[in-house]
Amino acid sequence: MIDVHAYAGILTREAIMFRRLWVSTTFASIVEPTIYLLAFGLGLGALISNINGYSYIEFVGTGSVATAVLFSSVFTGMFTTYVRRVYQKTYDGLLSTPVDVSEIMTAEGLWIAAKAGVYGCAPLLVAMCFGLPPSWGMLAVPFIGFLTGLGFGFFGQWLSGIVPSIDAFNYVTSALITPLFLVAGTFFPLTQLPQWAQTLAQLNPLYHCVQLVRHAAFGWEGWADVGNVAALVIFAIIARYLSIRRLRKRLIG
Amino acid sequence: MTANPAVRLQGVVKRFGALTAVDHLDLEVPEGVCLGLLGPNGAGKSTTMKMLTGQAIADEGTIEVLGFPVPAKSKQARGLMGVVPQADNLDEELTCEENLLIWATLQPIPRNLRQQAVADGLALAALTDRAHSKVGTLSGGMKRRLLIARGLVHNPRVVLLDEPTVGLDPQVRADIWVIIDRLRNEGVTVLMSTHYIEEAERLADDVAIMSHGRIIARGTPQQLLDTHVGTHALEFYGPPERLTEVEAIAEGLPTRRTGPSVSILRAESIPEAMHDRLGVGTQRVANLEDVFVLLTGEVLE
Repeated sequence: MIDVHAYAGILTREAIMFRRLWVSTTFASIVEPTIYLLAFGLGLGALISNINGYSYIEFVGTGSVATAVLFSSVFTGMFTTYVRRVYQKTYDGLLSTPVDVSEIMTAEGLWIAAKAGVYGCAPLLVAMCFGLPPSWGMLAVPFIGFLTGLGFGFFGQWLSGIVPSIDAFNYVTSALITPLFLVAGTFFPLTQLPQWAQTLAQLNPLYHCVQLVRHAAFGWEGWADVGNVAALVIFAIIARYLSIRRLRKRLIG
Repeated sequence: MTANPAVRLQGVVKRFGALTAVDHLDLEVPEGVCLGLLGPNGAGKSTTMKMLTGQAIADEGTIEVLGFPVPAKSKQARGLMGVVPQADNLDEELTCEENLLIWATLQPIPRNLRQQAVADGLALAALTDRAHSKVGTLSGGMKRRLLIARGLVHNPRVVLLDEPTVGLDPQVRADIWVIIDRLRNEGVTVLMSTHYIEEAERLADDVAIMSHGRIIARGTPQQLLDTHVGTHALEFYGPPERLTEVEAIAEGLPTRRTGPSVSILRAESIPEAMHDRLGVGTQRVANLEDVFVLLTGEVLE
């Protein structure tokens, strides 16, 4: 049974924390993807006329949404969860109240996802200023960002539970997160890659986010998009399971 | 055995690899009693506290808090329990008021009573005028008071205090003692771990001495003194040979050696003839530390 009171308590804490720290949190989550968008969009955009029928600013503008969602969710899941567990001992305190590990991780994951849904819209708005035509389908982008952010938030939490020290995040970022965001069709089409890499990219949840955002902006593609949503849902379910299992091991002796 | 104790542990064992932190522990705390769990670092006090909140799972034995089996129904138990951890884990970026409000939201306090609970908590911590100050700007003593107020924000029936005054200066310690004394007077059940003798003597109705994961003695401070060390101790200082000589003369009486001194316990029962052979010593009132050292061979701070 869902304990609404426990979720409300954790979400209230997140809301109060956000009210204090929203400037720094928002700055980091929005500015970096926007810089990528401007650098690639304006820089490469002058050299590339179109990709798969899209202008480069259209292509990279929609791709940058996924980057913003990824950065704002996975890094928050990784670093915030780690710091709260190891340095601030926040979870030790919370677990002395009537909440359990699954409620803490799920509520924090929902909060991360909500922020990712909002932050993901920033590059889209910037791209509009540089020629991306608005469409009604774009209203779905915050929901796509939420769903993607949910999975990557849980994924980040899980990573925070398996690393031996905070320094190990350097390896995670370089060897895992960077390939994830590069090989997702964000800045170049996957058709340029070898077949095996294209197949592998199908397992990248961010690829499905990019596909959904593009289709939301330029036209839905029926069952293909149902498949993309299903992939993100499955990713979120698996990541949540892993996160709770790992953090329970870490927090309950 | 008490009919319905607030806290009950029976045959509880907790192992961390090869280390047995809690070793077949039997402990009951009747409702309304302040029990001081006295022991050195590593005695198993904090692990015992964590098992009561379900943050550590016992390998053997049963645990109940207010009738709720733990960990099976630890959420229900935690709603009636207030926990004050040893380490400060307040949200430093938030204000005192916000810290208490978060806890008031997490605990089963009706929405319309939360603001009052926060105001009461600030008053208890004597921080009403610092309600809007960030925790990071408070002194160590203020943070400790806020931490205690946070644990009490929902008026719990059982309070777990894990080393509540460790590392604090005497004035702040006295402030904390006032709060704990108030809880006792209100009939709240308190389980307080400490390795400060004076704290246990002054605050606890009942003291349980813990060593190597077991309770090795239990009673009121006076009962423990009467049973184990009597009313007075006779203390001798000197080189090791002199201390050995004193111990030999006092054969048959309990003694404790601490650094450059040896104390003969139950000094009130030393025969006159033995007094003459011992020479001049310093008589002092026996204390719980004597009991502890006598029973465990270990030294407290």
